[in-house]
This record gives sequence, structure tokens and C-alpha cells, in this order.
Amino acid sequence: MPELLPLIPLLALASIPAIAWGVARVPAWAGLAALVPLGLFGMVLAVPPGTVVAHDWLPALGIAIAFRMDGLARLMALLITGIGAGIFLYAAGYLKGHPQLHRFLAVLALFMAAMLGAVLADDLMLLFVFWEVTSLASFLLIGFDAAKQESRKAAQQGLLVTVGVGLLMLAGILLLGAAAGTFRLSAILANPGFLAEHAFTPWIVVLICAGCFAKSAQFPLHFWLPGAMAAPAPVSAYLHSATMVKLGVFLLARLNPAFQDEVLWLALLTGAGGLTMLSGAVLALRERDLKRKLAWSTVVSLGTLTTLIGLEQPLAATAAVVFLLVHALYKACLFMAVGILDKKAGTRDAMLLSGLGRRMPLTALAALLAGLSMAGIPGFIGSFSKDLVVTAQFGIPGLLPVIALAANAAMVVVAGMVAASPFLGAEMESDRDARDPPWGMLAGPLLLGVLGLAFGIAPHLIADSLVEPAAAAILGRPTEVGLGEKQADTLVAYLSLAALGIGIIVFLGWRHVQPTLAGQRWMDSLGPSRAYEAALAAVGSVSGAVTRRVQTGSLRFYLAATLVLMMGGAALVLVAGGGLAWPGEGPAPRAPQWALAALLAAGAVAACRLRALMAQLMAVGIVGFGMALLFLTLGGADLAFTQFTVEAISLVLLVAILARLPYTADDGRDARDRRRDAAVAVFGGAVAAAVLLAVLSAPVDTTIPDWMGRASVPEAKGRNVVNVVLVDFRALDTLGEIAVLLIAVIAAVLLVQRVREARR
Amino acid sequence: MEALLALLFGTLFGAAIYLMLARSLPRVLLGLILLGNAAIIAILAGGRVIGTAPPLVASGETLLAAGAANPLPQALALTAIVIAFGLGAFVMVLVWAVWRETRTLDAEELRLAEPPGLPAAGAAAAAAAEPPEARP
Repeated sequence: MPELLPLIPLLALASIPAIAWGVARVPAWAGLAALVPLGLFGMVLAVPPGTVVAHDWLPALGIAIAFRMDGLARLMALLITGIGAGIFLYAAGYLKGHPQLHRFLAVLALFMAAMLGAVLADDLMLLFVFWEVTSLASFLLIGFDAAKQESRKAAQQGLLVTVGVGLLMLAGILLLGAAAGTFRLSAILANPGFLAEHAFTPWIVVLICAGCFAKSAQFPLHFWLPGAMAAPAPVSAYLHSATMVKLGVFLLARLNPAFQDEVLWLALLTGAGGLTMLSGAVLALRERDLKRKLAWSTVVSLGTLTTLIGLEQPLAATAAVVFLLVHALYKACLFMAVGILDKKAGTRDAMLLSGLGRRMPLTALAALLAGLSMAGIPGFIGSFSKDLVVTAQFGIPGLLPVIALAANAAMVVVAGMVAASPFLGAEMESDRDARDPPWGMLAGPLLLGVLGLAFGIAPHLIADSLVEPAAAAILGRPTEVGLGEKQADTLVAYLSLAALGIGIIVFLGWRHVQPTLAGQRWMDSLGPSRAYEAALAAVGSVSGAVTRRVQTGSLRFYLAATLVLMMGGAALVLVAGGGLAWPGEGPAPRAPQWALAALLAAGAVAACRLRALMAQLMAVGIVGFGMALLFLTLGGADLAFTQFTVEAISLVLLVAILARLPYTADDGRDARDRRRDAAVAVFGGAVAAAVLLAVLSAPVDTTIPDWMGRASVPEAKGRNVVNVVLVDFRALDTLGEIAVLLIAVIAAVLLVQRVREARR
Repeated sequence: MEALLALLFGTLFGAAIYLMLARSLPRVLLGLILLGNAAIIAILAGGRVIGTAPPLVASGETLLAAGAANPLPQALALTAIVIAFGLGAFVMVLVWAVWRETRTLDAEELRLAEPPGLPAAGAAAAAAAEPPEARP
């Protein structure tokens, strides 16, 4: 049923409020939330591969709501929903009784919906939107225990790294869209030829790789992943197996058909992948905390996957697909098992855990099944993936085969540490009642462990239906996988065996090796984690410094800054618009006007320079009354009378009020202050004058005043045109003016009353 | 004439700024009044000096004679004068209220909204503001 395809992410989104509401009401039945991913799993199976559904979203920008189901998307969607069902069930038991369980499951559902949307999207912009939603949802999940500073820091780190670098990827996507002329993945992948010669191609490769590397914790951006261990166990299990970190690898695989002829692409993928494998392997061996140990082993796996995608042979694509599947199965299972150990035995320390097998037989079984798959023991699906990986990687010259050997050995060690040693040996002392958890928490891990064995015994179950279409999608052409046939030649068999042997030896001697490795403190700062901390601190101190400088709390500073910015902007516009201008037309000033202008200017300057209140008031009064006289010389009789009146009342009010206030001859400014203020004032005045000069140099349109002169008598029966304008042509303006006066009066009266009452 | 008005505007504007930047609030008030005057000159100049006779229609005529001043900016300036007066009067009361409430007329001491030390006096103050359980 192809029409189900767009419903998959939509229904996942729609389930969020239902889960939140239902679990909040009946927490005991929280496990039922697992029905949502289970149902979606069925829907994914029901959509035939090759289905494409597209609707317009922002047609003007060429962005569509388009989904596509192909081999790779199908594999990912099945992993997301299938493992998701186990995770939901497990989480309902793990966080049983937690007051925020409903919120947790709702965010988990959001995360799942975003993952489904991202892997099914056929439009790069749509994919990016879902991609960022996964970052946001993972932020909420990692920081679920928000009361702990460790959680908050880890959540912030994950968000900043993945979203921050995600913005680079957005730039890459935009460039890719511009180069291709479309954002539709299917169109880009069908005709990747345009990239070969395009000038953007190197940038696209670098930017998109950066985003994927951050998401998939590739060296040197791997440092955020172990911090994300602050999250509850179900989150770690989900993030590390089927979701989040796999999304970066998924996008690399998705775009591989377009870029696989680019040398830069191949070099970046194999280079970063190799370094990631190496650093993850070393860091995994140092770690005592089982959860962090698993996290570093995820880094190794992600490096392996990236390397495999970057290798140019069909076999590598098959190896990548099988390893992706195998890793998801065993990693989810092991994380859940460690979560059970943590909860039941009270520790995750590899040095302390031992001998729990008799008390927790089912947990031990699940962990053992997954661990054997991880170690690549024959009979488990892990052995196929291991042989494939080894075969693919050993065909190439350089250091990569050595790194791969070390990484494989490290995986064996981690598998042993997590799946074997906590359950074997002498029983540890614990004040807890370490028992197997209820079935809800065991169902997922056991099923995943058993699947690893089942697929190992009967690989044809997945070979043609899952692996082959996915490998074909990575390569961009059909391929034969022949999973389970004898692939490995003798050399590969020996190498696999060697990795296993080294791994077992290191595992047995790990208690002696670990302190030496842990002593190498320089490894703590491997990668730019210190640079991240420094950058974060710098952001804080820079913004603090800027705030302290800009937001000083000084009203005078605010005023000066506002004026300088405003007048500076005006000056810029003036200069850009052709500079200074001088109005040429109009009558020359007559002698009285010269005299009045001089008087006004003198009054204004005197108001600034004088120190006594009365003297300053007189200077201001001179300006006011001088203005009235100036109006008279300009034909503004009404204006002059109003100005006289207002000025007189103003002065009376000023004297009445200022006489009640202390008035110091000193205006509180020191010489430096005064110089600064004078500079601001001169600058502001000069720009203001220049702006007005420029305005006055432009031609004037007198249509409206001409009309007013014509219409005043016939239409308004008034001979004083200014009065007619005020009470007739622009009467509403005058009404507004009266309203302003009234509001000022009301505000003043209220203010006076308030102050008087406060004093009583 | 127009250039002279523009220069006068700049002078009044600059003087107004200088006074408004003073610490003493009464001087800020005087600056505000000067700023109003400057604005009125700008409005008036904006209509150009197309004539200097009062814009009155002579009796018996129906048309404003040539050489009369532009009536529109005069009407706008009248509105501006009144509004500047209203604003000035309100600020006078405000200055009085500030003095009655805070017993200071120093603009630098008016820090009710932003007390000294906030928002970020420094790393030490920020750490002290952090709730204790959130510290590592």
C-alpha cells in the first residue's frame, strides 16, 4: 500500500500527545506505548520498496514534502521502529514510577518520528528539518534528568555540536540544491553527473561531511557522544543503535551514489573513519564504566561504517549494510543489559561487576548472545559482517588494515567486558537484590540477541529482502550480495582469527592494561573538547563583557549612544547619497533675520554655558521669544502669537517647579565628560544641519499649499488660511493634538497624586 | 534664508543634545525644550520660504496672493508647538516627581531598573548568583 508512506512519520508525530496523555493517566500501562512503533513497523513492511510520494510544500523555493521508500530507507525504518518497540517496552519498565515517564515516552516518540521522517524524506530540505528535530529531541532526552548538572552539560554539548555543525550542512545542502537545480534526492541521485565538473562540488562535499561527521561522532567531533551517556539507559540504547548517530552514516550512504567518484569524498570518509576507529578503540580500552565503554565502541563502529561507505568496492557497501544491521541489534541489546546491571547491581564499573550470571540468568543470556555477535563468533550474524568488513578493508594499501585489525580486537574486548565478565567468576558483593528484571525489560534485549543468532544461522532471511536492496541504494546500482556464502579467503580467515585471538588475550589481561591506559591523561583531551569548553566559556565572557559595556545602566550613556548611532547612520546615508548640498533658491535673509538668527544661536549656546538657573532660564527664554520674532519675519503671525503664549506659560511653569528643586551651578559633569558630550553635540548638530540642508536642496512640491490657498475662501469660508487648515482641512490633526495635551495633563495629575499619596 | 534656518536648526539641536546629556535633570529638561524649538524650525523650513507675507486672503479676493508664506508648515508647526509644550510640561512634573521619590536629580543615580552590578558585574558575581546545588 504505497499511500501509507507519508502516514508513517505523520502517525508517529500524531502519537506523541496520545502517548503523553495516556501514560500520564495510566502509568502502569506505559508498556502499551510500544504498540506505536510496532504498528509503524508493520506499516513500513506494507509499503512496497520503490514507492515515492510527493506533495508541494514551498513550490516557489522548489521544496516539496516528498517521501521515498528504497532499500536503505526501508532497512533504517525497520530498525528504528523494530528496535524502537523494544526500547519503549524497556523504558516503561526502566523508568517505572518515574513522575516524568509520560514526558519521557512522548519525547522518545518525537525522536522516533523525526528519525523516520529523516530516513524516508526524499527532499533534502525536508530531511534537514527532520534532522534538526532529532537533534532537539536528543537534547531533551540526554538532558532528561535536568536536575543534574552533568545531564544539562551533556545535553547542551550534544545540541551545540550537532546543531552547530548541522548549520554547515545546511549550507552544503543549499549549494547542492543550487548545483542540481532541485532538492529532490531521487532526482539528484539519478543524475549525479553534474557534480563532476561543478565548482561547488568540493564545498558541498566538505560541508555535508562535516554535518554527518558531527552527527555520527566521527573524529574529531566524537567527543560529545560519551557525554550523552548521562541519559537514561533506554535513550543510550536507542541513540547508539538505530537512531541519531546512525543518521549521519545514513546520509553519507544515501548521498554516496552522487559523490562516489569524488576523490575528496572518498579521502574524507576513509580518513575520518580510520581515525575514528583508532581513537574509539583506544578510548574504549581505557574505560571502566561499561556504559561509556559501549559508547566508545559505538564510535569504533561508526568509524568502521564511514570507512566502508568511503571504499570503492561493491563488497564494502554490502559490508556496511550488514554491519549497520548487526551493530544495531547487538548494541541496543548490550546497552539495555548494562542498564539492567546498573539498576539491579548498582554499578557499571567493569572492575566491580562479576558473577551475576546465576542470579540474573536471562539478562546474562541476552548479553551473551549479543556479545558473541559483537565479537564475531561463527554462527552469529556478527561473524558475516566481520568477515565482510575485514575483506573489504584489507584489500587496500596503507594503515587502514592495521587500524581495522586493532579495532576488531577492541570490539572483542568490549564484548567480553560487557557480555561475559559481569556474569562469570566469583559473585560480587552487593547490598542490592540483583535479580532478572520483569519481562517487559527483558523482551527487547532477548529478542534482539536471538535475532542475531537466527540471522546468523539463516542469513537468507535477510540477504535478498533487506541487505541487497540497501547495498544497491548505497552503490546506486544493483549488486549481488550472496550473504552466507563462503566469501572469506584464507588470509581473511586468518586475520579474523588473529583479531579474535588478540582480543581475547587483551580481554584476559585487561585488568592490568587498563590502569596504564587510564594513566595516559593526554587522551582525555583528544579531540577539540577543550576547544569546545574554551569556546563556550568565551561566549559567556564575551557576552558578559559586551553587556557590561553596552548595558551600563547609565541613562546618559544610552542617550549618547543612541544619538551617535542615529546621527552616524544619517551621515552615512548622506555621504552615500551624494554628500553635502546647499539650497540655492529662495530669498536671501534680511538684516532683522540675520540678527534674530544670531540672537537665537547665542541664546542656545548661552543656555549650555551659563551655570545659574535663572541665567539659563533666561537664555532658553531668549531662544523661545526670539523664535516668535523670527516667525513674524517669515509671515507666521499665528505662529508667533502661539509661540509667545506658550513660551510665557512654559517659563512660569519652569520657574514654579524648578524653584522647588535644589539647583546646583555644577551640572555634575567633569571636564572629560563635558568634552565628550560637546563632541557628541557638535557632531549631532552638524549632521542634523547637513541633513536639513540636503532636504531643502531638493525641489519642493507646492500642490497642497496651492490648493489650500485656492480652496480656503470658497470651500471653508475662511480668509486666514492657517486657521482654516487647523480647524477644517486638518481638523482631525488638531483633535489629536488636543488629545495629546489632555493625556499629558492626566498623566501629570496622576503622577502628582501618586507622589503625594506615597509621602503620606 | 533656508540655509540660515538649517544652520540655526543644527545649532539648536546641538545645544539641546549637550544639555540633555547633563547629569542634572533640570538641565535635561531645558535641553528638551530647546529640542522642541529646533524641531519647529525644521518643520517650518521644510515648507521653504516661498513668501514672507502672512497667508491671509485679502477681502474681496478668493485666492491667496503670490508672495504669501506657505500655510501648511505653519499649521503643522502650530501643532508641534502645542505638543512640545505638553511634553515639556509633563517632563517638568516628572522631574519634580523624581526628586520627591528619590531625592536625587542626578541622572547617573537613577538606577532603579538597572542597579549597579547587574546584569553581569563579573564572573564572581555570576557564580554567587548560581544556585548552590547547580555548582559542580
